[in-house]
Amino acid sequence: MHDMSGHAAVHHGEPTSFIHKHVFSLDHKVIGKQYYGLALVAVLIGMVLSWLMRIHLGWTNYAIPGLHLLSANGAPGNVMTPEYYLQLMTMHATIMVFFVLTTAPFAAFGNYFLPIQAGAEDMPFPHFNMMSFWVTFTGFLVLVASFFVSDGPTLGGWTQYAPLSALGPVGGPGEGWGVVLWATSIAIFCVGQLLGSLNFITTTLDMRCKGMSLWRLPLSAWGWFITSCMGLTAFAVLMPGCILLILDHVAGTSFFVPSNLVLNDQLQPHSGGSTLLWQHLFWFFGHPEVYIAIVPGMGIVSHVLITNLRRPMLSHRVLVYSMGALGVLSYMVYGHHMFVSGMNPVSSLAFSFPTLVITIPSTIVVLIWLGSLYGAKIRINAASLFALGFISMFISGGVSGFFLAQPSTDIMLHATYFVVGHFHLVMGVAAMFGIFAGTYFWFPKMYGRMMNETLGKIHFWCTFVGAYAIFMPFHYLGLAGNVRRYQAFVADYMQPLIPLHQFITVAALFTGAVQVIFLYNLIHSRFAGQQATDNPWQATSLEWSTPTTPPPHNNFGDTLPEVFHDPYQYGVQGSAGDYVMQTSPEQVNSPHDEA
Amino acid sequence: MATTVHEPPRIDEQRNRTPPVTGSGNGGGHALPPLSGELRRVKDSAPPPSSTGIWVVLASITMTFAAFTSALIVRQGDGKDWHHLTLPGILYLNTVVLLASSVALEVARRKVDAFMRGPRNGAAPALWLNITLGFGLLFVVGQYVAWVQLRAQGLFLATNPNSSFFYVLTAIHALHVSGGLGGLVRVIYKLRNATLRKSTLVATSRYWHFMDALWIYLLVLLWMKL
Repeated sequence: MHDMSGHAAVHHGEPTSFIHKHVFSLDHKVIGKQYYGLALVAVLIGMVLSWLMRIHLGWTNYAIPGLHLLSANGAPGNVMTPEYYLQLMTMHATIMVFFVLTTAPFAAFGNYFLPIQAGAEDMPFPHFNMMSFWVTFTGFLVLVASFFVSDGPTLGGWTQYAPLSALGPVGGPGEGWGVVLWATSIAIFCVGQLLGSLNFITTTLDMRCKGMSLWRLPLSAWGWFITSCMGLTAFAVLMPGCILLILDHVAGTSFFVPSNLVLNDQLQPHSGGSTLLWQHLFWFFGHPEVYIAIVPGMGIVSHVLITNLRRPMLSHRVLVYSMGALGVLSYMVYGHHMFVSGMNPVSSLAFSFPTLVITIPSTIVVLIWLGSLYGAKIRINAASLFALGFISMFISGGVSGFFLAQPSTDIMLHATYFVVGHFHLVMGVAAMFGIFAGTYFWFPKMYGRMMNETLGKIHFWCTFVGAYAIFMPFHYLGLAGNVRRYQAFVADYMQPLIPLHQFITVAALFTGAVQVIFLYNLIHSRFAGQQATDNPWQATSLEWSTPTTPPPHNNFGDTLPEVFHDPYQYGVQGSAGDYVMQTSPEQVNSPHDEA
Repeated sequence: MATTVHEPPRIDEQRNRTPPVTGSGNGGGHALPPLSGELRRVKDSAPPPSSTGIWVVLASITMTFAAFTSALIVRQGDGKDWHHLTLPGILYLNTVVLLASSVALEVARRKVDAFMRGPRNGAAPALWLNITLGFGLLFVVGQYVAWVQLRAQGLFLATNPNSSFFYVLTAIHALHVSGGLGGLVRVIYKLRNATLRKSTLVATSRYWHFMDALWIYLLVLLWMKL
């Protein structure tokens, strides 16, 4: 074993002051929890915004009590203006995509568990890691600050298409300071995630303990590693885009605004920029981003499922290769977001083809899950239910992707609720289910206490049914031609769809409200939950071999662990039961040992 | 199907046993700085994270500038308002200064190497690192002079797309060079305190040489008429 007593104290000693322990901490575990807390605050804000929008969509002239407090101009008499609807929509999407779906499954759980699963005492660059969180947090504050500038946050949508986003106040409420704050926030966020990716990649490649070959890493660690490789390239491209967008606003440059553009009867003082340029820069990031949101979930869910199936996946390696293929292909498909933006048919074909190809690794992943589930005696608990829910959502949302991948059908479905239903299920709800699965699974390790299983199961069933009740009808709405981003449905053909919108609103209010069960469970279990043992799920990977629960400051005490097996030795005859832990030196004759 | 959460078996016996040494992990833990300030003990037995880390950093910088490059190419081809500007002459002098700094850094690396290996008498060889730092500072000042010259010609950030890209690319490169200067200061400081790891020096110099290559690339990109 590696004797590292003494070293640990030099690396970074256990902090004693409150500030260094809980605020500016170098400990990856604290940073992971900070990211989780940030995501929790962000998801609550994002969810309330979606409620406000849904109420407006169901009952357009309904006065929401107190809404004028959020914005006197945006909601005079508590009734949302059309512009304010778009502003809330933009903020909902930005907060959810960046500060929830990227931070929680990737930055929060990845920070906490990647070093432990790899058998390291910390990430190699703890100061960068600390910066990563605080930079991200600053980005969040900058974004939220846009609620409080004179005309509120930007209304351009989370994609911020130029030229609207680059014109300044003439573009409408929030298009001045709102966009500048938005772009600044996202540029800051990019810096934070680049610093995080740097740590994730080096941890995976260089900090593994003795015996931990790459193939012996659990699937969750693979998910985070592949995601960090994607993040490294994606965020490095979005950042320049944001810088150029900010300059178009504050310095009068013309990167994205074409010449002779007349808006609101005013000739815009720009000399000939490219509107499509923004879309290219954005979607080169934007498509990998949806995989950045979902691949960690795939890893977490696989990890949780295997533990509860008590047997490994059909193929560990094929699953890893498929996740890697998703990462690589995600860069080659981004043009499919621009089929109707003005793209020559050859380019459409060039982007359509890999878009159809990328369904292959996704399908392989799903088939491996289903094949592994087939005939298994799965342990049903809140974590495994959410893992199963993830698969269900991923399939339901993924199937509609086949229709959208083809330009011929996409031209009809683009900009309708069909797309909204597709991405909410496949990356929004699915990723959220991944977060929930991870929370129920790892909470005992993170806080040393068990979560309440009964409440967890109630939470699952309410959320599962609720999420389908919200997002399934979206597909029907889209096929019926219901355009997205409209704040009211006044056209004759959309009038009959309004009752369905009202049903969706009720479902959204219900599904949001049942999250109180989760919050209660989280907070109550944190302080009064049943005491957790070191390995409550009888799992094999390294996070369950820590000397204490929660793990000590340097994760493994005075000696780093040594690993003898691949991560999922289940269904074998071990001294501890039907599993053998990675750190256990006992011999296993297992057909599964691929590593 | 029922929930089956059993009381887990204890694994303490396993933990106390010393297992035989096998496996193919890299060993972890080697990222740790030395226990004492003993310079000669600072040897790397395995590739340290800073060695991987610097390539990760360079990859992301490459992607950032690739994005800027594609923006420049699209913008140049798209608009009829592109006025190609003549690059200020001082840029070529700056290029020489930056290249000279890289040469100085290589000399410094050899001196530090010899110092780490050989008997340690006399002061640590910080001289050539200071020279590198000086050249680097001179480069940043030179870039500033170039901006002043362009401004004197009436070419501002928003004057035309070519000047926009010129300012953006040179400024962001200069920011990255400044980051490298910070790295050099840190290396000099650590050398003084005898806590410098060879890998830190290697990573810093890789970054610094990359700034050269990046600058030459940007110079050609801005000079070329596509």
